[in-house]
Amino acid sequence: MASEYILRVENLHKKFGEREVLHGISFNVRKGDTKVFIGPSGTGKSTLLRCINQLTVPDSGQVWLDDDEITGCGQKISTFRQRIGMVFQNFNLFDHLTALQNVEIAPIKVLKMKPAEAGKKAMEELCRVGMQDWADHYPAELSGGQAQRVSIARALAMDPEVILFDEPTSALDPELTREVLEVMKELARGGMTMLVVTHEMGFARSVATEVIFMEGGEIVEQGPPGEILANPKHMRTREFIGKISDQ
Amino acid sequence: MNIFQILIEWGPYLLGGAAITLGLVASALAIGFIFGLPLALGQVYGSAPIRAIIAAYVWFFRGLPILVLLFLFYFGIFPVIGIDLPAFFVGALVLGMRGAAYQSQIFRGAIQSIPQGQMTAALSLGMTPWMAIKSIILPQSLRLSLPGWSNEYPEILTDSAVCYAIGVVELLTRTSQVVSQTYMTMPVYMAAAVMFILLNYAGMWLIQRVEQKIAIPGFGIKAV
Amino acid sequence: MDPTLFLTQILVPALWQGLIVTVELVALTAPFGLLLGIGIALGRQYGGKGLSSACAGYIIFFKGCPLILLLFMLYFGLPSIGITLPAFTAAVLGFILCNAAYNSEYIRGAILSIKDGQITAAQALGMTRWQTIESIVLPQAIRRAVPGLSNEFIYLIKYSSLAYMITVIELSGEAKIVATKYFMYSEAFLAVGIVYLALVTLTTYAVHLLEKKTAIPGMSQ
Repeated sequence: MASEYILRVENLHKKFGEREVLHGISFNVRKGDTKVFIGPSGTGKSTLLRCINQLTVPDSGQVWLDDDEITGCGQKISTFRQRIGMVFQNFNLFDHLTALQNVEIAPIKVLKMKPAEAGKKAMEELCRVGMQDWADHYPAELSGGQAQRVSIARALAMDPEVILFDEPTSALDPELTREVLEVMKELARGGMTMLVVTHEMGFARSVATEVIFMEGGEIVEQGPPGEILANPKHMRTREFIGKISDQ
Repeated sequence: MNIFQILIEWGPYLLGGAAITLGLVASALAIGFIFGLPLALGQVYGSAPIRAIIAAYVWFFRGLPILVLLFLFYFGIFPVIGIDLPAFFVGALVLGMRGAAYQSQIFRGAIQSIPQGQMTAALSLGMTPWMAIKSIILPQSLRLSLPGWSNEYPEILTDSAVCYAIGVVELLTRTSQVVSQTYMTMPVYMAAAVMFILLNYAGMWLIQRVEQKIAIPGFGIKAV
Repeated sequence: MDPTLFLTQILVPALWQGLIVTVELVALTAPFGLLLGIGIALGRQYGGKGLSSACAGYIIFFKGCPLILLLFMLYFGLPSIGITLPAFTAAVLGFILCNAAYNSEYIRGAILSIKDGQITAAQALGMTRWQTIESIVLPQAIRRAVPGLSNEFIYLIKYSSLAYMITVIELSGEAKIVATKYFMYSEAFLAVGIVYLALVTLTTYAVHLLEKKTAIPGMSQ
């Protein structure tokens, strides 16, 4: 029987040299969940996301996608990564490809889709993020917000089961942040399963099914946004939320 | 006989020499590319022993004068290991093997200048490392290495004349033949020099055209 | 022939003789190649229209003409117009002319990279054009050109081997003679190759030291 969770993370540990960045992280994700990770910088949130698709290899612990274990799968990792999209803080669009080519390259190369079919699919994804008019532009010709929307389309084109967002708006000014968050809200409403590391409390409040507060490589507190953001139980969560809302 | 008569009589022969020189240079550049690219990849992605072997190769071929390399392979190594090639091919091979050492450094610099995020993003989409190198890293780094070729081409062109020393009948050898036939020393040498210079500029012009043709807006423009 | 005997009695003494000639060639070329290079760069950058295009033509010719052809012209060609040079002199002259063309490009590049503000400031202090060039522009430009100039110096060591093509018996020439006489091609050319490698590697190391020494805090190349 299939597990009720689409993604399971169990007791992840990661050290960089002497510094322990992840200290036994566990959580489960249901299909359609939007989990938002908050917490001070340097508390391992980004490392956690990278451990899920093994861009960073954890020291111990397991990650499961459906009933398949990702951790320790060796060469097979690329087949898991096809099913897990990722969106980066600094976009990482392929600089030598147009917006459209950025979106279609993985379906063509990885899924062996026919170029015409991949092109059509890519165009649909660009429409979904409102970037269809910029299909022929190169990354250097796009604003940060536009580039990030293209990179979301790039992840979507693989029809992922989960998308990891690693501080997707941290490099953007408020105006551009809004256009990216709009796209992400749309995705969440459409039932996409998302793990989001962000400092955007408004987004967490309105979209998250669950907010997870992390500090010092541990999950301090987790729960529905109304609870965590309005009535945090832990002192550390309260302090953090207080600081954020002061800004 | 004056110089014009000589040039009319011997011009085609010299131009033929220029064509041979161009063939020599093109072969050397191609060999340099075919071997230089894997050397660069090995130096960036290879294991420690592979990197050390490649570094030694580069050190050796960059440290020796082209004249000594030609002598070494034409009179020494190739006959000893039983390779019996016409001088032209030895010339192309030696220029090419040395070119590979230089080109590998151009490619290596270009590969290393590409931000880490490009590889990360490619892997996150499910590409294998080799797929990512092939469709993301190499297309970018080859574009970035084109300006490096504007140093490589003229160097190989002028060095190709040294193949005269192992008896390759290229432009310089034909020039010497014409000189000894006509005794019009300086004018014939000058004519050859002009041909080399024209080949030089024609090649550079071509490289620039290719550069413009494959240019991508905002890509590869570095702050100076 | 006994290999040890061949090495100690024949090869090493021959290469030693050759090394002396090679060092002489390089040592006589380098300073004049640098001075002429600075002159060409200044002429190209600050000269009038005529001088500037003459310098540009100089660079085009001497960078485009293969060095070996240039040496042929100087040694085999010049006598036909009444100038006969000894082979060694012809070689050094050819090396200087060629070396200067490449050096001038590095120096000019360095001159162009100096900010306009420096020149304005010097003029505001009442310096003449020549004073500005001499005491503000050149000292900076030459420092910035050091990596390129040292590269050319290493090239000079290697290309000094072409002197053999006009009968100057330097390192490669000695190796060729020994190789042909004793039919020891691989051995002789590998041995001379090692000498060049040693020269080039030592020079590269010395250049690093020089670069460190001439470095000025905060002034990147």
